[in-house]
Amino acid sequence: MIPAPFSFVRARSVDEALDALREHGDDAKLLAGGHSLLPLMKLRLATPSVLVDVNDVPDQSAIRLEGDEVVLGGLARHCELVSSDVLREHVPLLRAAAESVGDPQVRHRGTLAGSLAHGDPASDLPAAVLALGGTIMVRGADGVRAIPSDDFFLGFLETALAADEMITEVRVPTCTDAGWGFAKFNRRAQDWAIVGVAAVGGARPRVALVNMASTPVRAVSVEDALRSGVSPADAADLADAETEPSSDRNASADFRRHLARVLVRRTLDHVAARERVSPNGRASDR
Amino acid sequence: MTTEAAAELVVRITVNGSATEQVVAARTLLVHFVRDTLGLTGTNVGCDTSSCGACTVLLDGRSVKSCTVLAAQAHDHAVTTIEGLTDGGTLHPMQQAFQTHHGLQCGYCTPGMVMAAVSLATEHADLVADDVRVGLEGNLCRCTGYQNIVAAVVAGAREMRRTSGTADREASA
Repeated sequence: MIPAPFSFVRARSVDEALDALREHGDDAKLLAGGHSLLPLMKLRLATPSVLVDVNDVPDQSAIRLEGDEVVLGGLARHCELVSSDVLREHVPLLRAAAESVGDPQVRHRGTLAGSLAHGDPASDLPAAVLALGGTIMVRGADGVRAIPSDDFFLGFLETALAADEMITEVRVPTCTDAGWGFAKFNRRAQDWAIVGVAAVGGARPRVALVNMASTPVRAVSVEDALRSGVSPADAADLADAETEPSSDRNASADFRRHLARVLVRRTLDHVAARERVSPNGRASDR
Repeated sequence: MTTEAAAELVVRITVNGSATEQVVAARTLLVHFVRDTLGLTGTNVGCDTSSCGACTVLLDGRSVKSCTVLAAQAHDHAVTTIEGLTDGGTLHPMQQAFQTHHGLQCGYCTPGMVMAAVSLATEHADLVADDVRVGLEGNLCRCTGYQNIVAAVVAGAREMRRTSGTADREASA
């Protein structure tokens, strides 16, 4: 399978990439790792007339600690998230989610920003960033804007990113003492999640679900129940309250709802096991 | 600075240590570039959907599925195919290990398996069988089980460490 013909632009800077997006309009797409876009193009489900390759834009893949946030460059690849000591120490949830994506070859190419921009509800990283309450930093003609992950995912493969904008950074709060958990159910090693869960604990717990709606979605009822003192096991029973899972050859909608409840319960067990409670009560870092 | 959009472009890629410069259509996939443009047919096309790993090559030393990379994306980068592992008539330690441990049956998945294994061994200092089973999740063999493949990769990785490959990598680290 070969993509439909297109023209190629190699951007050497963020400015060049933004210029090319403006020049070529809605038919232009940014190309990073390409492991979401190129398969769609080979199936002719996507037929952009111009690809703007940003892989060789320098200095866009650093992962650094900045105060109580970890800042990830837009071109940070999944394998770089996995090997990052900063993530391992300060945001282990995001590292675990990156490690569960695809296989080593996919992780060598795929980028965090690309995964977020694609907005696939079946992808692991968008739900992880949503659970962490991360912020997506986006550059366009009018400068930089910060989009909270709660406002970023709008619909199936649809995000708040405008056609002439580029994700330059992803910022996630550090999350260790609050406890965290990530679970993914699939049948074959390298597959997308049939259902997945990313969760953080602490005083403001956040739980996000993979592949349970047209976007990555927060299990708000679970979060509310946890905050009001309901046990994690009982809270997990509410895991599918806000969801609209689909039926497909991998699972019926009902089975997905069941999986969500089971996986949320297990994930909350992991959160509790990892939570480090300070002497005066709740976990200290959230 | 303006950026020119082009349906055809010049790519300059170091393939198996030799620089090559070719004009390609923008939509040319790396796997078709190595097979059809360069005639290096050791790299196979399997599923063509980035699942099976038969098309695995190294891009700047890291395993990638060449059915899901554009040739244009390899411009100014280094690609290693299965042909590039052999030094003259001598098999690479990983290739030799696949022969010694009979880590293949029909052989179709083998070039991709070997390239993925070389990348895995380069990234992990002490590979054990469980690491290999996880690390080869992106490569499918449809002939038989993975037992001999796993044994081959463990042995090949050990031999890579023992021979100069590891010393070179440590020197450059």
